[in-house]
Amino acid sequence: MRKAYSVFKKDWQSELRTRYAINALAMFILVTISVILFSVGDEPVTNYLTGGLFWVVIFFSAMSGLSRVFVSEEERGTTLTLQLIAAPVTVFFGKLIFNLILVFLMIISITILYAMLFDNFVIQNLSLFFVALFLGGIGIAISSTLIAAIIAKANTKGTLYPVLSFPILLPLILTLLELTKFSMDGETFLFSWTYLAILVSYDVIMLTAGFMLFDFIWKE
Amino acid sequence: MAYSLTLENITKLFGRQLVFKNINYHFEAGKTYGFAGSNGSGKSTLTKIIAGVLAPNKGKVIHKTNDSNIPPEKLHEYIGFVSPYLILYDEFTALENLLYFASIRGIKFDEERTKHLFNLFKLYNRRNDLLKGFSSGMKQRMKYIFALQHNPKLLLLDEPTSNLDEEGKEKVYEIIKLEEEKNVVIVASNEKKDLELCADILEVENYK
Repeated sequence: MRKAYSVFKKDWQSELRTRYAINALAMFILVTISVILFSVGDEPVTNYLTGGLFWVVIFFSAMSGLSRVFVSEEERGTTLTLQLIAAPVTVFFGKLIFNLILVFLMIISITILYAMLFDNFVIQNLSLFFVALFLGGIGIAISSTLIAAIIAKANTKGTLYPVLSFPILLPLILTLLELTKFSMDGETFLFSWTYLAILVSYDVIMLTAGFMLFDFIWKE
Repeated sequence: MAYSLTLENITKLFGRQLVFKNINYHFEAGKTYGFAGSNGSGKSTLTKIIAGVLAPNKGKVIHKTNDSNIPPEKLHEYIGFVSPYLILYDEFTALENLLYFASIRGIKFDEERTKHLFNLFKLYNRRNDLLKGFSSGMKQRMKYIFALQHNPKLLLLDEPTSNLDEEGKEKVYEIIKLEEEKNVVIVASNEKKDLELCADILEVENYK
């Protein structure tokens, strides 16, 4: 795990110097929220609709920035260097830590902006909402890391990433939409238990799949 | 710690294009081996397969130390690799690159060895400069420091003298002679002078 942390540290330092992913994510969040605000105008937006749009912003922002973790290595030609210094599992967990940090930074900024800009974005059960955000963030980070490794070698990375991510993230997003609705309605944890269990199962399955498959993806 | 390498029936195809088939070869420490062949014959492909970054379609690469197999997840600890297509991190300084490589490899950063290697390749005064400001020859010399930093048992050198001036080439030949005393050195090259250093030469084109 210490080696994986070193991969993360290398990526983080590299990100601070090149601003490869953070700038793309920040710009995408600002642009998407602005477009939603302009298109809504003075029209009244229901509580549920703001919840739905919240996850649309998160999904597309994730698609704009999270693939960078492997695409940047491929574009700079440093993939071989990384293959020569670390075992595949070290690389996977190092990149996953990096994407987890990015996802949570992204979720926190979107949530703050949303709370400030949308009057109808009212959450009754905040703890349920935060648990859903936490488990959902982990799921998005794991899936995005795995898909980024798959598409990094393709010629049409930009198009392939959201297309391949959509079916894989769909069950996660649908579950998160339900949980957001429940937290807006002020439902309890007991009431939402099934959906929370789905989130936990999704995270565990994707992490196991990533751990088992990454070796084959990473080796040409 | 005696290291040996065995290739068993190594076959590689790119799509339906056969690169080579059924390569069987044994490498022992104490010798320099050469991979020869014209452009596109598969020298680099074979080098990558040995390094464990490319999978063969058929066959096995067996790395052994003290008669026990080295597990794939530990392989990077034993291999030093230099090639023109190897690219280090331009956004870091030479020293930062080596510090990150050591921590990712999980080894202690050996300041003395690093200083020795920087001096050997005449990069000590540039150690705190970003790699993006390095010339192609300096980057090639930096790759040797990267490859030798962790005292590898197998040194894979693909086109070892590309981008180097005469002085740099001579330095590489010195290192090959020094490393072959205790380790396995493999040189993949078209250059006659590079191959003159090799005790055994594997003609990749003979395995079509």
